[in-house]
Amino acid sequence: MTARRLVVNAIARVEGEGALRLVVDDGRVHTAELNIYEPPRFFEALLRGRAWTEPPDITARICGICPVAYQTSACNALEAACGAELDGPLADLRRLLYCGEWISSHALHIHLLHAPDFLGYPDGIAMAAGHREAVERGLALKKTGNALLELIGGRAIHPVNVRVGGFYSVPSRADLAPMRERLLGALDQAREVVRWVSGFDFPDHEVGHDLLSAREPGRYPIDRGTVVTSTGAEFPAAEFPEHVVERQVPHSTALHASLDGRRYLTGPLARYSLNSALLGPVAREAAAEAGLGTECRNPFRSIVVRAVEVVYAVEEAIRLIDGYERPDRPAVEITPRAGTGHGVSEAPRGLLYHRYTLDEAGLVTAAAIVPPTSQNQAAIEDDLCRLAGTRLDLGDDALALFCERVIRNHDPCISCATHFLDLTVIRR
Amino acid sequence: MSLPTLAVWKFASCDGCQLTLLDCEDELLALAGRVRIASFTEASSEVLPGPYDVSLVEGSITTPADERRIREVREQSRVLVTIGACATSGGIQALRNFGDVAEFAASVYASPEFISTLGTSTPISAHVPVDFELRGCPIDRHQLLETLGAFLAGRKPDLPDTSVCTECKRRGLTCVTVADGTPCLGPVTHAGCGALCPAHNRGCFGCFGPMAKPNTAALLPILRTCGMDEAAVGRVFATFNAAAPDFAAVSRERRS
Repeated sequence: MTARRLVVNAIARVEGEGALRLVVDDGRVHTAELNIYEPPRFFEALLRGRAWTEPPDITARICGICPVAYQTSACNALEAACGAELDGPLADLRRLLYCGEWISSHALHIHLLHAPDFLGYPDGIAMAAGHREAVERGLALKKTGNALLELIGGRAIHPVNVRVGGFYSVPSRADLAPMRERLLGALDQAREVVRWVSGFDFPDHEVGHDLLSAREPGRYPIDRGTVVTSTGAEFPAAEFPEHVVERQVPHSTALHASLDGRRYLTGPLARYSLNSALLGPVAREAAAEAGLGTECRNPFRSIVVRAVEVVYAVEEAIRLIDGYERPDRPAVEITPRAGTGHGVSEAPRGLLYHRYTLDEAGLVTAAAIVPPTSQNQAAIEDDLCRLAGTRLDLGDDALALFCERVIRNHDPCISCATHFLDLTVIRR
Repeated sequence: MSLPTLAVWKFASCDGCQLTLLDCEDELLALAGRVRIASFTEASSEVLPGPYDVSLVEGSITTPADERRIREVREQSRVLVTIGACATSGGIQALRNFGDVAEFAASVYASPEFISTLGTSTPISAHVPVDFELRGCPIDRHQLLETLGAFLAGRKPDLPDTSVCTECKRRGLTCVTVADGTPCLGPVTHAGCGALCPAHNRGCFGCFGPMAKPNTAALLPILRTCGMDEAAVGRVFATFNAAAPDFAAVSRERRS
């Protein structure tokens, strides 16, 4: 057996730290182990003993790129525990805030993290030398997403205005009016992004993973919903633990999840394939122009799906602003009680599940958080196994770069669970 | 003349503070023309060898490997600036400093023996000399640009070290404590956010950490008058800057 150890100065352009160990046996990839070595931060443990009001602010700090996802899943779970639900303009505002995060996070991933893979640049800034207009357009979109986050949430990273039951303050229709104008411009930009990325050169690859996403009646899933799978199951968030089981693997600080005992995928490909009929008309037209069918199972094309989802998030934000009436009060009244609540929402990189158990005083006695990255880890390893197997003729450096692309297709947010892909290839 | 080099390093954190650099949408490409971004793995696959003129360090020290890595980063850096609550005070994960990390690990992981971690989460300054600490959870974009500009120009950043109260007054906001009886850490919290929470009708929860010489003893009776019990006072000081000495002193007194 010959073991070669390659130290590569990346997984770059993901959020977090990881290493990859490939075992190649007789010309075939035998195992691919993605080791997430982000230092553990023990959020579920340090949430114990905190008041029911605190998880949205605390869990936001799990991820600087998708804090709204953490805040929303936490609110959904705590509201369920207390028997409350948002409706009307408060529910619309929560979805509008989340649209801001989708626009900002997807624009970041598409332009600064993912597109450089297709165009042969080390990063988005270098890519600007040859594609200045595209990078500037991407930054402008990202800025619009951040402006929406700041308008509703007070801050783009770790918004301060979110609370269980709603918000601390709510905007007036007049406050939202300038944002509507800005979003109209963003809609044109987002459609241009779909055209741009759909012209990239995509390796042929179809994955067979089971798929899982949220489902909302009559509209594309973002801020809440039941859970649906490609195997035909549909169940409320409260039954998530019966279907999705996390287990620890020795090679990673991130837990591995399985769906009814099987490997599965959550995130843009799953969301789109299970819900494409629910997109708005502009996003649906953009998807058709980009050559996406009703489903998409090529992980390299996830960049196109993300771009379509940006169109949708902009379109949806305009719709929500048009229908907005300022609510009488910024939050529904919540009376904490003993019990357990479950909550899901669609983080830009996939379904995010939270569960809290409260005591009679409204203090958290137990917390469980299942982030998209741990759900997707088995699927990413399977992609690596299959795809690296098609490129074993590459030298070690090129093979490592290709493996990074395979990982970045899934936009893994490894700080969920620090940045170097330390690749070990064992050929035997 | 060659451009000054900038490196960005991550330790235990959420990535939000380095993301703040990418959130400078209007300035990012201009900045990239003024400095050579030599190492920034969240944003680039290209890593140039050190030494670096300015290093931005995000995150706290929580593993034996990171204890070693921060010393290497210091050796490679002419100026070292920490960005954010994790790097300047240990972050939310410093709550472990007041608990039993083995028990934390056992409650989250079925096989905690696979987990390599320290019993503490400590700021960068506990390990190496730091040239400047930028506060916030997350940091403020304008303060980051001022800090970067200052060190690249060879001067000290011009940033306030007063309290959030001064920013509130400058914005002309009505005091949420005086008007509504809302508990607020503004009087003892480091300025920098622009009084975001009071602007949203919410009390400050201290995410920029303690100001220079905070008078927490004077604030405590006001928090009680606003309806916070002792446990709630302990919790609000034990959040994103839990291990900052001035805040840790308040919460430690209230731990059973």
